[in-house]
Amino acid sequence: MTAGVSVQGVTRAYGAARALDAVSLEIAAGEFVVLLGPSGCGKTTLLNILGGFAEPDQGRVLIGGRDMAGVGPKDRPTTTVFQDYALFPHMTLAQNVGFGLRMRGVSGSVRAARAEEMLALVGLAGRGARRPHEMSGGQRQRVALARALAVEPDVLLLDEPLGALDLKLRRSMQDELKAIQRRVGTTFVHVTHDQEEAMAIADRIVVMNAGRIEDEGAPRQVYLNPKSLFSAGFMGEINRIPLEGDWRPVPGPGVLCIRPEAFGAHGLDLGTGRVLDCAFFGAYLRAHVAPDAAPAMRLVVHVPQGAAPDPGAEIALRATTWGVLRA
Amino acid sequence: MRRATASRIGRGLVWLYLCAIYAFIFLPVVVLVVFSFQDGRLPVPPLQGVSLKWYFKVLSDRDLIAALLNSALVAGVSSAVALVLGFLAAHGLARQVLPGSAWLRGVLIAPIAVSSLIIALGLLSLFNQMGVRLSLLTAGIGHVVINLPLCFAICYAAMGDHQKAAERAARDLGASEVQVLALVSAPMLAPALGAAFFLSMTFSWDEFLIAFLLTRFDVTLPVEIWSMLRSGLSPATNAVGSLVFLVSVAAVFGAQAVRRQA
Repeated sequence: MTAGVSVQGVTRAYGAARALDAVSLEIAAGEFVVLLGPSGCGKTTLLNILGGFAEPDQGRVLIGGRDMAGVGPKDRPTTTVFQDYALFPHMTLAQNVGFGLRMRGVSGSVRAARAEEMLALVGLAGRGARRPHEMSGGQRQRVALARALAVEPDVLLLDEPLGALDLKLRRSMQDELKAIQRRVGTTFVHVTHDQEEAMAIADRIVVMNAGRIEDEGAPRQVYLNPKSLFSAGFMGEINRIPLEGDWRPVPGPGVLCIRPEAFGAHGLDLGTGRVLDCAFFGAYLRAHVAPDAAPAMRLVVHVPQGAAPDPGAEIALRATTWGVLRA
Repeated sequence: MRRATASRIGRGLVWLYLCAIYAFIFLPVVVLVVFSFQDGRLPVPPLQGVSLKWYFKVLSDRDLIAALLNSALVAGVSSAVALVLGFLAAHGLARQVLPGSAWLRGVLIAPIAVSSLIIALGLLSLFNQMGVRLSLLTAGIGHVVINLPLCFAICYAAMGDHQKAAERAARDLGASEVQVLALVSAPMLAPALGAAFFLSMTFSWDEFLIAFLLTRFDVTLPVEIWSMLRSGLSPATNAVGSLVFLVSVAAVFGAQAVRRQA
């Protein structure tokens, strides 16, 4: 079960603050979309509007071509995995997972079989008789996922589902989430503020800021060819070098953007620079460099692990990939 | 060495103080219970021997047994009504932000601060004006009035974000509002609901003023005991009192037991 989502000019204000400002977004059936942005950017508001927990002030939402205006959470073809899991503490895991089916009038034996199947899908086979408080954080999140998927929603909404997990667990759950999405084929709309998580799981990343969509595209595209400075900065560390005069393709003042790892042996020549300091980061060395052309400027450059330039050493600054964005 | 002795004396004083406090609290109850076994005509020292005859007398007294059953009925029904109303009010006020909801909460809890004499007199004149005859029903209504704020306050305090999130999840999975209440909210609050119910039961069971002013022919146990006392002291009153105390203690333990399950 899967369906596309169409968000058309949705605006939502809370008091004077515009949480969403005329947002339009098309999501294909079966797509894994990640809404990425800092807290307060409107990503959770958009998710709430998709789930029916909030209504748009203007604009409309279609799911599978059906207008969702006035349709409550109970009657939408969506289910949600909440950040705080929101499991029912007084029910067993199997009862939790079977709850949605129970609400749809599915008989007990069918429910039990389906619950066991869903628990197996998330790697908790045979634990149906346990209670949520006996489970670890990661396991609870799996139960929440199984519970939301058990009713075969057209669209699964995930509200920072990995936010409460520690880093290592989060990375392994990401892989699992992606694998499960492939298997069930449901449209996933996932909200996070962690750009690494977004890149790891998304078919398409939608970068949001101040109630608007800043950028969208495949992870590779958003990272390498961001459409705005905000998007460039949010996806990862970036050096910004202000440009004077007209630079195509940007009219007016532009900013040359170079990722720290894009410095290499060839490409756009920025002259030489002096290494100020250098720190070991495992896979690479992270150096602060003052370019000779503009000694007051600080560039962050990733240097290969083998080279360990001393402070004061001179290095050549050449950017293999770069972009110019409007300031 | 001297310091050790001093601390030992200090400890002893602390224990003495503790015992004195418990004696102060429980001595009246102990006296009541002890002299309910009095083998004589007056519940005063000396204890002339141990006998269960007053208990047999009490338990074979029709009026007393009728009053006891009336009390149980009033306590059970009025507590259940107060609990349902208090739970629904707490649920509504915890979920919805209404204009003046702080004010509404205040008004719901306010009757706690009003003396039950005032409540009883107010209800008495209201029932008179409406032409409602005094009965166990009117006393029960009075008990709902005093227990509703208690039930509301206990339920309201027990509702947290945790609960709110679970209710939201239930709605998301297709539960109607009634299903949310019955399958998620109430079971999650079961310890608080149980505690509120048993506390209401004990208050209603012991309550005298409202029951006295709002009943006429069928009376509750405290009212019946009061009328027994008018004809003088008797170990029978002690026996009834001991039985009432036993029921109250059981209800309080019941409330604690369900609360501990949380």
